[in-house]
Amino acid sequence: MRTAQAVAWKEIQVYFSNPTAYIVGMMFLALSGFFFARDLNDPFPQASLENFFYGATIVLILIAPALTMRLMAEEQKLGTIELLLTSPVRDWEVIIGKYIASFVFLIATVSLTLYYTVLLYVFASPDPGPIYSGYLGLALYGGAALAIGLLCSTLTSNQIVAAVVAMGILLVMFFADLASDNIGGTASTIISEISIRSHFDDFDRGVIDTKHVVYYLSVIAFFLFMSIRALESRRWR
Amino acid sequence: MDSTLQSSMQSTMIQATGLTHYYGPFPAIQDVNFDVRRGEILGFLGPNGAGKTTTMRILTGYMPPTRGTVTLDGYDVVEKSLEARRRIGYLPETVPLYTEMTVTSYLKYMGTLRGMPPKLIKGRTDDAVGLCHLEDYRKTIIGKLSKGFRQRVGIAQAIMHEPEVLVLDEPTIGIDPIQVVETRRLIEDLGKSQTVVLSSHILPEVSMICERVLIINEGKIVAEDTPKNLAEGLQGVERLEIEIGGPVTDVLPALRKIRGVSRVTHRSLTQKELYTVHVESGKDIRDEISKAVISSGWRLLSMQTVGMSLEEIFLKLTTHEDL
Repeated sequence: MRTAQAVAWKEIQVYFSNPTAYIVGMMFLALSGFFFARDLNDPFPQASLENFFYGATIVLILIAPALTMRLMAEEQKLGTIELLLTSPVRDWEVIIGKYIASFVFLIATVSLTLYYTVLLYVFASPDPGPIYSGYLGLALYGGAALAIGLLCSTLTSNQIVAAVVAMGILLVMFFADLASDNIGGTASTIISEISIRSHFDDFDRGVIDTKHVVYYLSVIAFFLFMSIRALESRRWR
Repeated sequence: MDSTLQSSMQSTMIQATGLTHYYGPFPAIQDVNFDVRRGEILGFLGPNGAGKTTTMRILTGYMPPTRGTVTLDGYDVVEKSLEARRRIGYLPETVPLYTEMTVTSYLKYMGTLRGMPPKLIKGRTDDAVGLCHLEDYRKTIIGKLSKGFRQRVGIAQAIMHEPEVLVLDEPTIGIDPIQVVETRRLIEDLGKSQTVVLSSHILPEVSMICERVLIINEGKIVAEDTPKNLAEGLQGVERLEIEIGGPVTDVLPALRKIRGVSRVTHRSLTQKELYTVHVESGKDIRDEISKAVISSGWRLLSMQTVGMSLEEIFLKLTTHEDL
């Protein structure tokens, strides 16, 4: 576990000392801020973050892969993976460490948007429920997006490929419930349940349903497990 | 059995049996067998693409062999990979480093990955920095270091956790001659307390540092011995380099007439007539030659026996060429 911590700590330092991560964070704030501002420009403005959360889920499709693309792809490009894999480090420790680092950076970026909440409290009296549930949902959604990004980064030594493939997977999962509208029956249910987006709506409304929490945690667990397996498979290739 | 007891009983540190590795249909190494004793410095010698790096990657557990096994201190590098990896310090050929880190933060990170106790890391980082003469570059970003210094950082990370086995893939490639000498000295020092496996395609280096040499070519071990024995064992034909002052047209036939001479070649240099005399094995004909030269009234200016150099042995073993 100490090695997972060391990996995480090293990657966190890289994030916070690297201009790329700041640019990505800045893009997230600018784009999600745009959705927040749209809330306020409504003829009948509501003191809620509903639009911001919706916008943030879209923006994360671009941002999460940009944050994770470097994590494993660069190790393979530089060849540092050779030293990593010949150290007495378990494969899961590498993946978990890297994942935690990206999650910490994402949370740090998202927490800057708490400023919007402060604004709402200063100028109105918002309902706190949907704000709590929205942030919880955003953390889970972001966590799932990062896990998908990490798997893509583990599979290639090319950061661009890692980012593009992750964005593709996220887009497909985002719009899966739209596709399901055209199909009937069980297939439709399955496809709409896969959608990373449809599980977010309840959080946005202020409902914390265990079903959705379990969905996001399962996605995270599945993609992290696949990443560990992908790293293991490197030894056999 | 208790693992410390087990290890103290064994004098063999690394045992490789029947190692074969395929990249696709192409065999990189085939049926490679060798042992490395505890505290020995073993050199892998071979031309580029001979399978040195593949062998080292298998030794360090980076990739498993297609067939065959390696045990390190009694632990199988595939089955008991973590235990085996705990005992290894490794410098890959490409010297992969995190270019955005500083030298000390990198070394501390590697120390933690190698499972060193936090208390030891600070002290051992200083030791490694000192041993590799990196004192002035502690806070330098690795990406800004020159090739030679990166090589030193690579060696520093390999030795800082005082591994029982040090695996160095081409440790002196790409660094300047002064650093090469320092690096060799460092490896020799380390070899006093640790088991070292290194690869090189530079012969003098291997013969200087290593106690035993494995010559590997096209994925197979073609020779295995001490550098001295390798040189002696292959010297079937001895040669004499002789400088004689006298008319070439007369000297050549005279030399050829001497018993035990198998072949004579002649080279003219400025102000010098050099003859290379190939002698039938086991015969010493220097007396006969000097007598023949002096009795003919020529001047014998120099005479030298020439053994087969390691380079020649290497070429002979790896190219099947008759020298």
